[in-house]
Formats: sequence, C-alpha cells, structure tokens
Amino acid sequence: MTPIIETQELTHIYSRGTPFEHTALADVDFHADEGEFVGLIGHTGSSKSTFIQHLNGLLKPTAGKVLFRGQDIWSDPKTTRATRFKVGMVFQYPEYQLFEETVYRDIAFGPKNMGLSDGEIDRRVRRAAEFVGLRKETLERSPFELSGGQKRRVAIAGVIAMEPDVLVLDEPTAGLDPAGRENILRNIQEFHDANNTTILLVSHSMEDVARIADRLIVMRESRVAMTGTPHEVFARAEELTAMGLTVPQVTLVFRRLYAAGVPIDPAVYTLEQAKAALLALKGGARRA
Amino acid sequence: MLKDITLGQYFPGDSVLHRLDPRTKLIWTVIYIVGLFSAKYFISYAVVGILLLACVAISRVGLRAMVSGIKPVLIVLVITALLNLFYTPGEPIFTIWKLSVSREGVFAAIFMLFRILLLIMGTFLLTYTTSPILLTDGLESLLGPLKRLRVPVHELSMMMSIALRFIPTLIEETDKIMSAQKARGADFESGGLFQRAKALLPILVPLFVSAFRRADELAVAMECRCYHGGKGRTRLKNLRYERRDILAFLLGAVFLAVIFTLGKFGL
Repeated sequence: MTPIIETQELTHIYSRGTPFEHTALADVDFHADEGEFVGLIGHTGSSKSTFIQHLNGLLKPTAGKVLFRGQDIWSDPKTTRATRFKVGMVFQYPEYQLFEETVYRDIAFGPKNMGLSDGEIDRRVRRAAEFVGLRKETLERSPFELSGGQKRRVAIAGVIAMEPDVLVLDEPTAGLDPAGRENILRNIQEFHDANNTTILLVSHSMEDVARIADRLIVMRESRVAMTGTPHEVFARAEELTAMGLTVPQVTLVFRRLYAAGVPIDPAVYTLEQAKAALLALKGGARRA
Repeated sequence: MLKDITLGQYFPGDSVLHRLDPRTKLIWTVIYIVGLFSAKYFISYAVVGILLLACVAISRVGLRAMVSGIKPVLIVLVITALLNLFYTPGEPIFTIWKLSVSREGVFAAIFMLFRILLLIMGTFLLTYTTSPILLTDGLESLLGPLKRLRVPVHELSMMMSIALRFIPTLIEETDKIMSAQKARGADFESGGLFQRAKALLPILVPLFVSAFRRADELAVAMECRCYHGGKGRTRLKNLRYERRDILAFLLGAVFLAVIFTLGKFGL
C-alpha cells in the first residue's frame, strides 16, 4: 500500500546566499499510512514547523520530494493547490488567523475556497463546529469576543470543515489550561476515529502525544532522530533526555523501579499501563 | 518568500563599518547623498559607485543582500528610466510611433537609473550595518540641539526605534497569517484587481488585531518599568567618537572635494 503522505530526502535551506543561511531540514524521510495517528516530537528549533509546512506545499523543498498518495505535489500548480485541501493544517496559535465577522463565516472560509455548494458548506460548518464543541449560538457571534480557548476551537473547526484526508496540528494545546487541553485532544481523537483521517500531531508535550499516537517520530537538529511505537521510543529514555526532551512522569517512575531491581517494564508511558503492570506484579508476587 | 524582504533590516557583523559611530554613519550618508546628487557625468558616477562597492566589500554584507533590497523598487526604477528616456527634449536619435528618443534622453535615463540605484543601496548599507537602537540613538544625539526649539526629539526617536524594531516582527507575523490562510485555500495570486484587494482582507484583519495587541502590551511593559519620556533618562552605552570616526570624516571631505572638482570639469 502506498502511504497517504510521504517525503523523500526532504531538504530545506532558509535564506540561501545571505548571512542568515541555515539548513532547516536535512534528508528527512517520512511516511504516514491511511488512518494512522502519528506524533511528531522535538525540541524547540528542531524544525518541526518547517517540516509540516512542506506537507501541504506551503514551503517548497530545496531538494527532495513530497508525495501525496504517490503523486509529487509540486508536479504542477493545480496539484499543489489541491493538496492544500487534502492536507489540512492547524498552525500554532491558530486563533490569530480569525478575521471574519461571525464565527460561522470564518469556519466557512476554507470550504468556500474549495468551491462547494452553499448547502454543503452549511453542513460542513455545522458538523465541524459540533466536533470541536461550539454551541449553535456561538456561530453567530464575532470571533473576536470569544475567549482564547473558544477562538482556538473556531480556528480548528475552520480546518476540519475542509474535511481533509490528512490533518496536521502544530501544538494545538499550547497555552491552554489542563481542561482545555484535555478537551481539544479528545476532539482530535474523536475526529480521527469518526473519519479515519490520518493525523500528524506536533507537540513537545510527551504526555499528550504518547497517549494518543500510534507511532512517534522524534526530530532533532533538522533530522529524524528516532521513529517507532511510543513503547519503542520511550524505551530509549536516556537518549530522549539527552535531546532535552522530557519523558512522561510515569515512565520515569517505572524506570527507577526497574533500576531498583523490580521486575517491571521500564517503558510504560500511560497511567492505564502502569496500573496493569502493577496489578500483574502484585498478582505474580502473591503466587510466589 | 516574504521573510526574504530585507527592507530596513540589520545584518549583524563586526566589520569596521559596523563599529563606526552611528552619528558618523548618518553624517556620511548625507555626505554620500550630496556627492551622488552633485555627480554630473560618468567619471563622477564611477567614483560614487566604486566607493559604494568598497563599502559593501568592507561591510561583508554581501552583494546578494544588496541586490535583494532593490527588488521591491524595480518597477519604479524601470518607469523612471523610461519616462526620462522618452520625455527628455533634445536631438532625436530614432522615433517609434509618436515617441522619440533623444541623445540627451538616453543619458538622462542612464544617470537617473544609477542615481536611484546608488541612493537606495547606499542608504540600505546604513541600516544593514547599524542596529536600529544605535541608529535612533545616533539620530537623537544629532538632532539634540532641536530640543531647545521644543521639538520632541526623544519621543520621535523612540517612536522610530519601536517602528524599526517591529518591522521584522510584523513581517514574520504576516508570513504566518498568510501561510495559515493559504492552508485554508486562500488565493492571493489570481483574479482581477478588486478580487485581489478583497483577498488581502483575511491577512489585514488579523494583522491589525495583533499589531494593536502588541502595541498595548508594549505600552504596559514600558510603563511597568517606569518609562516616562526622555527627561533624566540615562543610557547604557554613551556614544563616543573614536579615531576611526575622525578618519571617516576626513575621507568624507576628500570624497566631496573629488566630486566637486570633477563636476567643475564637467566629468
């Protein structure tokens, strides 16, 4: 099966030929399958944002290719523009992109650009608003009088309304309180389950990503440093810490237990797993 | 990409040009402009051009950055040259339809082109090699005498330094907003004039909103640190002329003398 989105030896160099020239991406090979939930993690400045902007053709690679369903998105201008609708992108702090008079019209901006019929636009706007938990009355309000968390939801709904095949989210929970974070992550998870959309979630919060992603990609200094299931990645906790990334707190506890001689899996990364592992250990001890 | 626009941008460096006192560089820019506008013929222009190239070489900014600074004004340049070419009266060389090109016109066009090019590149070199803070410090110091005439020099220079400081920030912000709207399928490249103007709305509204928010935050931050205007305000770095500044002024005098002498002989 061809991956839904793929990059081959993707390289990007900023400000070529000026004193500011620097390589932001070097030979990045990446792929995601249909319906997969991928987490992308990396320290600030590891070029995560530059990388994702290649996936929908906002940035043109200096070298290498970006393929959507096996087709080079830069093969002709029409394909590039069409890719923008297939690969939805929610930027960091997306609430700063709101501009319309009402929430409804702002969410409708994307679908309108796609040239859909009014009825279809209406259906999509309402569906997207429902997904992110916006009330019907909110749709008629000005986006500028909403709270920060609500603005964020409007902005995410604006991208979801395009019903993309791949949804890329750059730090969607940054700057939100724990309840708001929880909400948004649950919305994303639900959206993924309902539509079988491929999701790429960029974050530096290990706890968030580890819990919901099927596969993790760790970026470091313009390159892909690690890739694998959360379990595989967190088994290499030392390397992650050396890169300046944090490991989920449960993992830290379990690593210490393991180091202290307790026969337990040191790469546990969610509370549920921790509970199961502890119960199994207790059961095993009783039998012995 | 928008980020590559270098208007009024500072290129950090450690060349002699970077280390000159900002006042020296400001006065030198005035000298340079006077010299440039006094140039009458090829040799004078060549002198100004060589001077500029030498300065660019010393500054290590790189020719590419200089050239990229010219791109935005390219259209103005071409139109000015064409107008000079066709509308300078004189002895005609050839005629296309109703437009005749005169010998004087050709020269006027070439000179005007060089004059604007050298003017832009020269002033760009100033902002490329001087950080915005030093630049406004220099301006404030040079305009200091005007304070006696109750000209709000400090306030003006503070406004200028804030404006300069926020150019890169706003460009970056515009870039981000443009990317976000493009990701939602906004199209800035096609359509008629009216359509294109309308397509800018999704960028301008968020940009203004965030500019006002930033201005507000900055005002609060300044007040929190007890900013209350220029009265009694001291500086972290006091400007002081060094030996290289005196040398630069001497060179400036020589430059003007050369240009004026050449002008006398009509070169």
